[in-house]
This record gives sequence, structure tokens and C-alpha cells, in this order.
Amino acid sequence: MSPALREKLVQGITALLLLTVPLWVGYVGGYTDLASRVLIYALAAMGLNLLLGFTGGLSFGHAAYFGLGAYGTGLMLDYVTGNTLLALAVGTLTGGLAALILAPIAVRRRGIYFSMITIAIGQMFYFIAVRWNSFTGGEDGLTGFTRQPILGVTLSGTVFYYMVLLFFGLGALLLWTILHSPLGHTFVAIRENQKRLTFLGIRVERYIALSFAISGVVCALAGGLNALLDNFASPDDLRYTLSGNFLIIVVLGGMRNFWGPLVGAAIFVLVQNYVSAITQNWMTVIGLVFVLSVMFFPLGVLGFFRRRSRS
Amino acid sequence: MLLDIVFNAFNGLIQGSFYALMAIGLSLILGLNGVINFAHGTFMALAGYFAFTLVPYTGFWGALVLGPILAGAIGYIVEQLIIRRLYLRDPLYSLLATFGLALIMQDLLRTIWGAQGLPLAIPDFLNQPVSNTYFFVTGYRLLVVALAVISTGALFATLRFTRLGVRIRAGNADLETIAALGVNIYLLRSANFVLGIMFAGLAGILAAGQLGLTPTMGDQLIMPSFVAIVVGGVGSLFGSLVGGLIIGIASGVTTAFFPAASEVVIYLIMGLTLIIRPRGLFGQEGLFE
Amino acid sequence: MSLLTLENISRRFGAVTALNDISLSVEPGELRAIIGPNGAGKTTLFNLISGFFPPSDGRIIFEDAPITAVNPAALVKRGIIRTFQITEVFLDLTVYENLRVAVETAMGLNIRPWISRASRAKINDRVDELMDIVKITNKADRVAGEMSHGDQRVVEVGIALSRQPRLLLLDEPTAGMGDEETNHMTGLIRALNKEQKITMLFIEHDMSIVFGVADRITVLDNGAMLAEGNAAEIAANPRVQSAYLGAAA
Repeated sequence: MSPALREKLVQGITALLLLTVPLWVGYVGGYTDLASRVLIYALAAMGLNLLLGFTGGLSFGHAAYFGLGAYGTGLMLDYVTGNTLLALAVGTLTGGLAALILAPIAVRRRGIYFSMITIAIGQMFYFIAVRWNSFTGGEDGLTGFTRQPILGVTLSGTVFYYMVLLFFGLGALLLWTILHSPLGHTFVAIRENQKRLTFLGIRVERYIALSFAISGVVCALAGGLNALLDNFASPDDLRYTLSGNFLIIVVLGGMRNFWGPLVGAAIFVLVQNYVSAITQNWMTVIGLVFVLSVMFFPLGVLGFFRRRSRS
Repeated sequence: MLLDIVFNAFNGLIQGSFYALMAIGLSLILGLNGVINFAHGTFMALAGYFAFTLVPYTGFWGALVLGPILAGAIGYIVEQLIIRRLYLRDPLYSLLATFGLALIMQDLLRTIWGAQGLPLAIPDFLNQPVSNTYFFVTGYRLLVVALAVISTGALFATLRFTRLGVRIRAGNADLETIAALGVNIYLLRSANFVLGIMFAGLAGILAAGQLGLTPTMGDQLIMPSFVAIVVGGVGSLFGSLVGGLIIGIASGVTTAFFPAASEVVIYLIMGLTLIIRPRGLFGQEGLFE
Repeated sequence: MSLLTLENISRRFGAVTALNDISLSVEPGELRAIIGPNGAGKTTLFNLISGFFPPSDGRIIFEDAPITAVNPAALVKRGIIRTFQITEVFLDLTVYENLRVAVETAMGLNIRPWISRASRAKINDRVDELMDIVKITNKADRVAGEMSHGDQRVVEVGIALSRQPRLLLLDEPTAGMGDEETNHMTGLIRALNKEQKITMLFIEHDMSIVFGVADRITVLDNGAMLAEGNAAEIAANPRVQSAYLGAAA
């Protein structure tokens, strides 16, 4: 079987599995909302991976944009509109705009210094959310909103799953298109060799900032969907801990692989869900997932299999 | 009002001393080991809990000495088992590994000592206010500032005048060259990592004496410490010290006017620094890029 | 009219004088070699011409315009393109992908998040053309990082060509290569000069290579200009002989 054909086949099967989740998820011990969560985290991680895996920018603060998407969506439903899609759009734009404004500041430094700055910027939003009690609900999080019917269709768990799947598909399509365009080629070239590109006449930091902003928009969309899933936005949606989770999702799945984050998200969300149900010490298990996958699976699940099949 | 500001500024100075001690340890490890040590905050808490257990046997002063050493020993084991295997890889991996480590250690602290806050007993005379005339300052608070100054002074002297210190500084500038000169850089990095952890340990015990112990006590301190490094300038330990004090005082003064913004102001200072002087106050241009 | 003129260029780094009072001019279509022992200031000279840093004294003129303090990116747009002593390619990308991003950059397409079929075809044609010129078409799908050093050098030259250089600067193009690779590279340099009419400056260590390839040769030693001329003149120059024989002995 040719690699191209095999890829098509894998993608076809994946699509079929995703489309039929509500039919079989109960039989494997899951539930529909859990599948929605997998897709939401996968979408955020794929957005992050545009910057991390394809542009080579190690952001440890992308939960901030996820969280802004969540709060933006929730606040719209709380105070402004009953239109779920409008709220989601505003939430996405809020997070995206923040990323667009902050990206040029963050890219003023490179390497691990860049990472530290992204962490710190992310934490700023966390503290705003925690301290601005009257507006954001403070440490208890933002409540009081529920996702409203769209065009008269009630967003039950199953319907909402398909809505998430639709946005997941749109997000993936956006990222795929970019990665196969000159812009995406430029991002990858930045990852590979900034010096070479600079001396072809490219202002590298502008493109890193652009990649940062696009990945922020996608994270914000995922965050908005997450708020709709839970009917709740938590300060933890903004916190660096979640940024770390997104990173490990990307690494788990394989960061050089477009669909890696989907695999990583499935593993991570399921492990977290099951482990926290059986033991109090679930943090140790998650921590071990981090340490062990970094030490023994640096290429991630998909990278691991791809390497084996190549050799 | 003026008294209010002075009082809050002094409180900020104490808070800033914790930031500075944390930032210096982080900065050491960042420089020579090339690792953003996310577990720094849990090492800090670990030393605090060690001190808590030691105090009944050794008293406060003994615990103040032994706590950082024990935390350093755990740091050595962690460096040997995990961190050193990641030196040659992308910084992403050491970042994630120490992040995972922080989760594990926090969970262990909770399992061993409990999630409830614990007090760390300090000698009675330190609890006495030194002066009641103007504002309330205990001897303990003065001790915190004094120890921060003494320990960083000792560190700078070590870096300047001892062989280990000279090698650490040279390694920061050019690791490959000192490796070529026959210095065992793996040993050097281990020693440096332990040194950084011991600074976190000192901060942890001092903080525990003032605020008590919780497994997550490091969480509140690690982020401002990152900011302190950025503001002070990566690569400059002196910068980390100054950066820590600046944001501590700024945060303290803000508390007097607008308490809710006392944390956010730290990040605003960072943003301003990046816009006006991206390399930080004492950072060198072109480092780490 | 000369393409490039250096007038009394000096460059000091603190107390060290890397280049001292260098004047030279390069004519359109010329193939010029810069030679000299280690530390002669060859790469410093390239760094000045390509705008890495400005000279301490003197003027640089390119196509009748002074470029003494113009930044590297702007010089690239004017057609001064260089390669580096250490090969700079995109290691994890294939040869084709290396050249594709170079071509897209040359066409100014980097900001495009999507692309039409027509532009894609145009890009592909140009990539094919470049691979043909540097003769690496048969390795189009090889990953650059897994290829020999010599092949990576060839890819790098291809990347440089994508910008349609008016002046191409090659920094030690044959460094660290075996005989066969060296022959391929020198053949390529000659062909680019004679067939593509590209004006070139290249730094070289090995005199024997230079004599067979260059039109004119500039010899630097210790930051100063030692001699300039064609191969025969340089070979006969007693100062060059003593510098090189002295260095060898």
C-alpha cells in the first residue's frame, strides 16, 4: 500500500470514528461529553502546535488564550446576548486579539526566554480573572450562563458534540490550509533555520508573531467551546497548568505530526478522567505521564510509529 | 498615607526578598543547566516541610541550615535521574519534565504532610516587634531581609573567588570551551543545580516561618520569580536580585492603593521592560538567542 | 563602471584590526577569489559587504550607490546574496522543500496563507529550474540533513540563486569536501559565472583550487591586501610566495 493511500485510509477511518462517537462511546465506558472534551483539547493543542511544532516557538502560556475564549464566550452569554454562536465568535476574537497584541512583545526574546515570557503573560490573565471578582466570578469561576438553542435546535450533549466536531473540522482545515501555503512553509523554515531565512530577507520575528496569533485564535475557539460544554468558565482555564497540559498533549501525540495532538488529547483526557476516578494521587500519575513520555517517547505516539515503519 | 506607603513598601521588600532568592536559584539553573526549573516552587516547599519535621530535634536554626541541604540532596537525585538526560535535547523536554516533577512532588507533599496548612515554629524573640513607634516590624522580617542579603552576598563571593564559582561563570559564557579545557561539565552542572535548589530551600524555610506551609506554597512565588528574571535580565544574577526586589516593592506599594492589582502590576512591569528594554535591566544583548 | 567598489575599508574590533585599508573593485561578470591564511580577514570582508556590520572607516559602493550602512535584509533585496562558512540549509526539509521556501520568499509570497494552482505551478517550475542549474534534481526528495556535506553546500547555493543575485558571495564553498565534491562545486561555480552570468566573490583556502577557477584573485594577509591579479601574476608574486611558504613552513 502506498503511503499516500494509507494516509487517506487512516484519515477516512478517523473521520468515520469521530462521526459515529455518540453511537459507540457508551460501550467503551465513555460518554459523549468526554468525547467533546477530547476534541476541544485536541483543537487547542493543534492550534498550539502551529507555533510549537511547526514554527519552533515554545509557548508555555497558551492557556491564556483558551481561557480568554472561555470567559469571552461566557461573559457574552451572561451579559449581552442569548445567541450562542455570536458569543462564541466574540470569545474567539477576544482571545485572538489578545494573542495578536501580545505576540510582538513575546517574540522580542527567543528560546527559553521566550517561554518564560509567555508563561508570565499567561499568568497575568489568571490573576485578572481571579481578582476581578464582580465581573469574572473570581476564584469560583464564571457561572450563570447556559448554551442557548441555535435556530431552535436545543444543544443536547449529542448535538453539541457535533457542533464541536464541526468547529474542530473547521479549525483543522484552517491549519491544514496554512501549513500547505507559502505562509506555512515560511513557519516551518523558521523552525529549521532562522539565520538562513533572515538572510533571504525575511523579518523572522513578524512571522513568529503571526504564528503566535493564529495559534492563539484557535486556542480561543477551543476555550469558547469548552465554556459552552461546561456552562462554566474557570480561572484554571487560564492557568499555566493547563498550558502544560496542552504541551504534553502535543508531545504525547507527536509534535511533528498534524494529527498528533488529536491522539495526544485522547490519551491525556482519558487517562486523567479514569485515574482521577480511582485514586486520590492522580496528580502523581499525570506527573509520571509527563516525565516518562518526555524521557522515553520524545517523538510521541505517532512519531514513534512513523519512525518504526520507516526503518 | 505616606506611612501607609512606607509600610507597604517594606512588606514588599520582604516579599521581594523571597522572589529574589527564588529568582537567583532559577537563574543559576537557567544559565548553566539551560533548564527552566518548574519544580523550583515545590523544592522550596519541600525544604519548608523538612524544616517543619526537623525543628523539634534541631531547633529553628538547625533546620534553617539542614533544610536546604536536604532539599539539595533530593535535587541531586532528581538531576541525576532525570534532568541530566535532557541537557542535549530541546528545552521543551526539560520544561515538561520539571513540570511533571512538580505535580508528583506536590502530590507527595500532600500525601505525607497533608493538604492542611502547617505552621513553622520560629524562635519567640523573632516574633517580637522591633519597633511599634512607626509601624509594625518583627525581628523575623528583618531576619528575612538580612539573610537574603547575606546569602546572595555569599553567592556572589563564591562565584567571584572560588574555583567552582569561576567555572560556573565561565560555563555560563561558553560551556563548550570549558569542556574542552578539561572541566567535567556534568559534575559542574550537578553542583550548580544543587546550589540553585538550596537557594529555593532557604526561601522556602523563611517563607514558611512567616506564612506557614502548604504543598502549593511555591505556586505563588514561582511566577513572580520568572518575572524577576525577565525584568532583571537573563544571564545576570545581580539582575535577578534587583528584579525580585523591584517587583516585590512595586507589588507592596500597589497594595496600598489598589489591592486587587497587586499581582497584575508585576506583569505590567514585565511588559514595560520588554517594550522599553527587551534585554532586561542588567541583561546582556544576544544571550540565549 | 564597477559593480562593487571598496574604498579604503578598515574594520576594528576593540584593539584588534581585522581589516586595514582595503580597496578593491569587482567588475560585472567577474569571478573573483579571495584567498589568504586563517585570520587574514576574508570572512570579515564578506560580513562588511553583506551588511552584518559596518566598516570602521571607508566606503562601500554597489551599483553606483553607497551601501556602507545598509542592513543585510535591504542588501538582499538589492541582490547581494551570500552563503556561510557553516552550511545554512533547512535540515529537516527535503531539497525540494528547501528550494520551494526560498523561491516563495524570492517571489514575496511568504505572507500568503493560501495559494492558487497557477502560482503553485509557477513556484514548481522555478524550483525545477534551480535544481537543474545546480544539478541536484535527482536528489529532490532527499532530506537535507541526511545528505553529504557537499550536497548540502550545493542546496545552499541553490537557495542563494533563488534570489537572483547580482553579486553572489560564497564563503569557503569547498571547505571540508572530498575531491569529487570539490570538483562538482568548482564546476558549478564556473558554470554559474559563465552560463548564468553571475558576478561572484568566493573565499577559498586552497590556492590550487583558486588558480583553476577564478578570473582574478585578491590575496589578504593579516587584514591587509597583499596582492591582486590573475592566476599567473599571483603565482609569480614573491610576497604571496613568502606568505604562503612561510605559513606552510
